[in-house]
Amino acid sequence: MSLQATIYLVVGLTFALYIGIAIWARAGSTSEFYVAGSGVHPVLNGMATGADWMSAASFISMAGLIAGMGYGGALFLMGWTGGYVLLAMLLAPYLRKFGKFTVPQFVGDRYYSKGASSVAVVCLIIASTTYIIGQMTGVGVAFSRFLGVSNATGVFVGMAIVFMYAVFGGMKGITYTQVAQYCVLIVAYTIPAIFISMSLTGNPIPQLGLGGDFADTGVSLLSKVDQVVTDLGFPKYTTSTRISTLNMFVYTFSLMIGTAGLPHVIIRFFTVPKVKDARASAGWALVFIAILYTTAPGVAAMAKLNLHATVNTEVKGGGDLFAVESSIKYDERPDWMKRWEVTGLLKFEDKNGDGRIQFYNDKTTDPVAKANFDRAGWKGSELSVNRDIIVLANPEIAKLPNWVIALVAAGGLAAALSTAAGLLLAISSAISHDLLKDMWMPDLSEKGELMAGKIAMACSIVVAGYLGLNPPDFAAGTVAIAFGLAASSIFPALMMGIFNKKMNKEGAICGMVAGISFTMFYVFAHTGLFYVKGYEYYEMFGGKNFILGIEPNAIGGIGAFVNFGVAYLVSKVTPDPPEHIQHLVESVRIPRGSKAVDGAH
Amino acid sequence: MSEDAGKAYWYAVLRLIAGVLAVWFFVSYGCGILFAPALNNIMLGGYPLGFWFAQQGSMYVFVILIFVYAKLMGNLDKKFDVHED
Repeated sequence: MSLQATIYLVVGLTFALYIGIAIWARAGSTSEFYVAGSGVHPVLNGMATGADWMSAASFISMAGLIAGMGYGGALFLMGWTGGYVLLAMLLAPYLRKFGKFTVPQFVGDRYYSKGASSVAVVCLIIASTTYIIGQMTGVGVAFSRFLGVSNATGVFVGMAIVFMYAVFGGMKGITYTQVAQYCVLIVAYTIPAIFISMSLTGNPIPQLGLGGDFADTGVSLLSKVDQVVTDLGFPKYTTSTRISTLNMFVYTFSLMIGTAGLPHVIIRFFTVPKVKDARASAGWALVFIAILYTTAPGVAAMAKLNLHATVNTEVKGGGDLFAVESSIKYDERPDWMKRWEVTGLLKFEDKNGDGRIQFYNDKTTDPVAKANFDRAGWKGSELSVNRDIIVLANPEIAKLPNWVIALVAAGGLAAALSTAAGLLLAISSAISHDLLKDMWMPDLSEKGELMAGKIAMACSIVVAGYLGLNPPDFAAGTVAIAFGLAASSIFPALMMGIFNKKMNKEGAICGMVAGISFTMFYVFAHTGLFYVKGYEYYEMFGGKNFILGIEPNAIGGIGAFVNFGVAYLVSKVTPDPPEHIQHLVESVRIPRGSKAVDGAH
Repeated sequence: MSEDAGKAYWYAVLRLIAGVLAVWFFVSYGCGILFAPALNNIMLGGYPLGFWFAQQGSMYVFVILIFVYAKLMGNLDKKFDVHED
């Protein structure tokens, strides 16, 4: 069977599986299957949370970015797992005790103000829309390869399918479908990694293979990668920080607290049966997330080595990389490169006219590497590979069997569709329920509410799709911006709501507004106003990364401190929250039912 | 539950959180970022140790931390008699 036919078959089978489970689940007792978490074993609930969480950014984009960034890529790994520790300790059990179902509801009640709740809704919409832009970038990559079309067409097809997926219920909230999606995801991610780790290091476990020796040479895999990339003018793989230590620090921090501030993650902990379960279920979710996240560094380093080995035959042999014969002829390039050229995400330009592919870092400052390039007659790197294609192309690069390639395509589509649809549902309920029904139009009929939700979904998908055609960054980078926005607005408001009894509505509102405005201002300076290219204004402030050399994707970490600081100062000069709110906070801090605690006062 | 016991429970909780956060900070921001260049002189198999903490080790520690925290919180809840059911 041809590769393309195998891909259609596997993708079709996995989707039949999700739909089948959804129908089976609907046929059973509704209450049991609709409320995520109730009556479901914590381990299964952890898997479902994992599927919710791992989107196109984690599955499609992250390992490719790590491959490009080397050691610095750890900021994604630590940032997107470390946040669960904060979530488990600082938010999940208390939000569960509070007993509300959405973040704006918590903010509205804790800060006794519809104003605070509206601000929270707006912050959520801004962060979620940015998140979906990143997802659409990933969806575009997946669909362009899946259908063999250009990236732009891939985004359009993806928009249509995500919209249908979300409108027809999106299969969200049906825990068993998500468990199935998690299984497809994780199998699709780990199988190629196991194959590749086995062939490069002889160890089938990628987490160990990455620390193993390269093909019985006695040289460790990582030192082999280090040597190859430095020869080709790239920074040393195991030590290259992301811009600076400070930037990496702030970036990691921004992702961590952003994790604990995003609505679609938090919401899963509102519905567990007990406070005790809220603590443990964060742990189980992280176990299943960590399976993918600890595999990703192996995928990254090995894909990088394999990619260079594809275009330069001496990479694995250890001979002269700069000999004429070492670079492969363009006409003899492998089929996978032809397939990705169709999408426009992989491009070749023969700069020195020798009909061969030279792929290296032509902007290097290393004099030794430079001299080697000049002597070899290389006139600039001739291959541009979009980092978002690395994971999907990885099994093709490693010449794995067709069914593995097809499986990865199915996994990528599942990751991108489920999270994008979930976020769309979150946006639509925030607008139609939290904003319209609860605040602006209390007499809105149920039908009207549903309609408003669908219109909100359609608008956000069009906006996100349009911006996804010209994304501010790679998928994972754009998603990182979304985390920064959540980090600078929602997380501080939630945390102070629990840990600072005296925090009042004035403080919380000013903090959220200041935090998210500061972050948006800095991000838009680099990406263009509202992510529209051509409206960048960083020049006005003396060039890119003008605050302490911190990149826009990381600025949410600083934005959170702006939020905390402003909120604290404002709360000091405005009246304390009413007595009953302070008692409410005290009762939230204690797991046992609030009634018993009230009785003691 | 008296006011004092409530306070004592909350301080115990804050102490536990501070302890977990200290480990959380040490493995990720400490070993994974700030001390990584120094730790890279030590090898763990084929991994330079700083690189290992950043791309592997800190994640394993995070998983363990949450379960340890959940267990210790369960003990605190029982000790102060504020646990559910």
